[in-house]
Amino acid sequence: MFLFVVALFFMQLLLAQTDSKSDSLYWQSYFDSIQHLPEVEVVAQSFKEVIPAQTMKGVELEMLRSHSVADALRYFSGVQLKDYGGVGGIKTVNIRSMGTNHMGVYYNGIELGNAQNGQVDLGKYSLENIEAVSLYNGQKSDIFQSAREFGSAGSIYLTTRFPKFKEGEQCHLRAGLRAGSFDLLNPSITFEYKLCETVSASFNAEWVNASGKYKFRYRRVTPSGELAYDTTAIRENGDIDAVRLEGGVHGYLPKGLWKVYLYHYNSERGIPGAIVNNVWRRGERIWDKNSFIQGTFEYEFLPKLQTRFNTKYAYDYTRYVNNDDKLIHVDNIYKQREMYISLANKYEILKNWDVSLSYDFQWNGLSEYMEVERFTHWLSVATAYSLADCLKMQASGLMTYVDEEDRGRDSVPDKVKITPAVFISYKPFRPNFVLRAFYKHSYRMPTFNDLYYTDMGNAYLKPETAIQYNVGILYDLVQEKSWFKYFKIGADAYYNNVKDKIIAYPKGQQFRWTMLNLGRVKIMGVDAQLGMTFGLPYDIDLTTKLQYTYQEAIDVTNPADNYYGHQIPYIPWHSGSAVVMLDWRGWHLNYSFIYTGERYNQQENIRYNYTQPWYTSDVSLMKSFKIKKVVMKATIEVNNLLSQDYDVILNYPMPKRNYRFGLVVEI
Amino acid sequence: MKKVLFYILIIAILYSIAACRQDELVVPTEYEILPFDIDPDADPIGMYILNEGNMGSNKASIDFVDFKNAYYVRNMYAERNPTVIKELGDVGNDIQIYGNKIYAVINCSHKVEVMDAHSLIRIGQIDIPNCRYIKFAKGNAYVSAYVGPVAIDPDAQLGAVYRVDTASLMITGKCTVGYQPDELEIVGEYIYIANSGGYRVPKYDYTVSVVEMYGMTQVEKIPVGINLHRIEADKYGKLWVTSRGNYGSVRSKMFVLERENKFSHKMVVTDTLDIPCSEMCIQGDSLYFYSVEWNNQEERNNITYGIINVRTRELITDHFITDGTEKNIEIPYGINVNPVNGDIYVTDAKNYVSSGALHCYSSEGKKKWSIRAGDIPAHMVFLFKK
Repeated sequence: MFLFVVALFFMQLLLAQTDSKSDSLYWQSYFDSIQHLPEVEVVAQSFKEVIPAQTMKGVELEMLRSHSVADALRYFSGVQLKDYGGVGGIKTVNIRSMGTNHMGVYYNGIELGNAQNGQVDLGKYSLENIEAVSLYNGQKSDIFQSAREFGSAGSIYLTTRFPKFKEGEQCHLRAGLRAGSFDLLNPSITFEYKLCETVSASFNAEWVNASGKYKFRYRRVTPSGELAYDTTAIRENGDIDAVRLEGGVHGYLPKGLWKVYLYHYNSERGIPGAIVNNVWRRGERIWDKNSFIQGTFEYEFLPKLQTRFNTKYAYDYTRYVNNDDKLIHVDNIYKQREMYISLANKYEILKNWDVSLSYDFQWNGLSEYMEVERFTHWLSVATAYSLADCLKMQASGLMTYVDEEDRGRDSVPDKVKITPAVFISYKPFRPNFVLRAFYKHSYRMPTFNDLYYTDMGNAYLKPETAIQYNVGILYDLVQEKSWFKYFKIGADAYYNNVKDKIIAYPKGQQFRWTMLNLGRVKIMGVDAQLGMTFGLPYDIDLTTKLQYTYQEAIDVTNPADNYYGHQIPYIPWHSGSAVVMLDWRGWHLNYSFIYTGERYNQQENIRYNYTQPWYTSDVSLMKSFKIKKVVMKATIEVNNLLSQDYDVILNYPMPKRNYRFGLVVEI
Repeated sequence: MKKVLFYILIIAILYSIAACRQDELVVPTEYEILPFDIDPDADPIGMYILNEGNMGSNKASIDFVDFKNAYYVRNMYAERNPTVIKELGDVGNDIQIYGNKIYAVINCSHKVEVMDAHSLIRIGQIDIPNCRYIKFAKGNAYVSAYVGPVAIDPDAQLGAVYRVDTASLMITGKCTVGYQPDELEIVGEYIYIANSGGYRVPKYDYTVSVVEMYGMTQVEKIPVGINLHRIEADKYGKLWVTSRGNYGSVRSKMFVLERENKFSHKMVVTDTLDIPCSEMCIQGDSLYFYSVEWNNQEERNNITYGIINVRTRELITDHFITDGTEKNIEIPYGINVNPVNGDIYVTDAKNYVSSGALHCYSSEGKKKWSIRAGDIPAHMVFLFKK
């Protein structure tokens, strides 16, 4: 009902505004901050940011189209991916060793809930319709944002394709088909239509079907070098059948904009599960229906006062069935509903001094399996100040108020927490050289999934808090004319102190996990990145990107623990990636190498928990060509080129060498 | 600038060569000296500990306390049996010795691993789906399993008891019992099985199944209490049964089952002790137990360590650890008592996902030593001289 009212409200605005002559000046500035007309390079503003994001877009993202959002994030520094293997396998990420849920994932500006495994399963989000993926450490350094956005310790922004029409264009059609190993079949279609000068609509649909079958190998040798065992088997029950439908209508107003977005995802998946002694196949299946509708309305009601209203209603249905005839039959349905409203205001006191005030409210309900509900309120104040375009400062404070469910307790004190953040960047002498620093507190409550998607007994978890300190430098050089076109080098050093870090352990049944508070974890790390583009003879462009992360994330909960001072599970000390891209007249060759160093699969750093490094090489080749007015792009990919047998997570074997082919047609 | 980059590249290449994958080695055994005197005549010779390992981790492992040489031997199985693919398995649930063979019940690997009791070298395995506990009588092993016959209603699947010939390691019989049967006990010609129904919340099972051993037929179901777990006989022929309760309003309890009268074989509940119990071990007249109960209001565990006299059924003490060292135990997970010197062994599962510990207390309740074990050390069995 509420949504209907909101929709109606938008409709009315739309009708009222379509024929009024728009203020061209406002438009211009608006478009500048949102997109660069007429083509390519869309996405959020970067020059206004105190601390810029790591962003992946354009052709770089194009090469990864057939993958998920999680695969793209592997190329960002500071990010660790947990990949359980396969097309339908669960993939979660954490940033700078903080818990997965400390990372807010925003889909077109509004946070995604986590109705799956207590973690946003980023393997579920396809890159097919994504225009840009951005990662911010701390928060997006723009004070005009919802209160909740000030809360995450790290944020990922997923921006879907935004319709852009050239002069005289009315509609776009884009169709793609991908196929490859794991019996993958993945058609998709996008349709964009310009309703009028200020209003456009887009629609995107995708179907993914795969058997998920792949060969994997386990091999052991004795210390004397004799072969103990060597076995190759086929990964079973990793099939997926998923349909995703998305659509949106966007419109501009003389002094603002509005958007309505619908998302629906429906899937049936097999959960391949852990490979353990005597068990090579499992019978767990999961059905997901994730739907949400979200709307944004942004307007400059008074001069210098900008207001944004966001709302969302999400419904997540999950059915989990364990059909394994050796295990107890389980058939549970979880329904989660989420209602969210947010009001953000920004006022420009002076040209270089802004303040903002935002309030968010969210209701979460879990039903069927268990009846629980929770109300959360967020209130934020923030200010941004810049001095002579060389010093930028930002400070924010967020109050989180949680009206928690009782969980069988007689008295439940409400939880209130205030978390501050400060961001500074300074350009001392040279224009391309930036020094930056931030300090931030964040707080997160355990989610319903953390608490209630458990097998038996209790699931008591404390809220998690994190304090981050970061200093960094960045130098970049753009010289379009020279053969050395682009150079960028940067590094950040950080120290995070996380209390009651919530971690999830897969526990045989992959759907339901063991959740655990880790006490206190100290994280020290360095993220470094290097990027270069060379203009070589014969129209060849060579681009390289290197990124390296060093992390020491140690458990300092209790000196009496066996694992006191040990690196926490699945955090490698060293990790990094290297990408080399060659462009030549419509041909595009991409080589990427990903390295994850040694790490431990449990809290104690003992040899029984040691996990070997893994590294994969992926190669892809793309050719784009034009037949009359039709643009076509053909791709060939070879992943895990050297066919390494590795586990990212213990007992979840990853695929050997695999292939994908794709063809995209754009009209 | 370029020179610097060149050096960085060289260092990176060198580093990556050094940080390559090696061959995966067989999980090695570790030896650690224990702080007590070597005793060449020790009997029991030692004690095996089965570490459950977190579900899905495939880290069930067997450790050994060597009383003769004062060694703690950690993770023996893989090194003794390197050719077994993916080692011992996932989630150990029981370990027992019968004759010269040792039997490890590996719940999530759906098998009973049979090894030589002295060398721990594999003899064979018995595939039993979702197997839980094992007991022996007259050359046969009896194994309880959560999964019995295929049920028409998948949510009402009964469990079973399997009979295995210990010479041939073949399954020779099977009998359907209650829901999710846990421990079993043999008295005379009857097998008593504690049915939990733990996966049927809130419709827990509340019965002890009685199975006639030769015909493998269920002759009776004795109503006892909800969510039954352990069942042990004392030397007087009484059965001690523990109920887990519902982790909430219905608390954990202990029940005593006895023959109706001297001439009857029929067992009935003759006593209910309002004492929570998680695990127990009967030694002579003493029943050693501990309990871990979740307190919903305070959101923490209440833990007690007690002894009950099985003859008088009285609680002798509610803290058999007398020197205050019980506060070092995070989550007690297994208990055993040395029949010769009365030493008490309590395992600590800690947070379930890191190495647990084995603690040894004297019969007076003073701590003698502690040692790091595997993940979730839980089940113990003594190895006696041949």
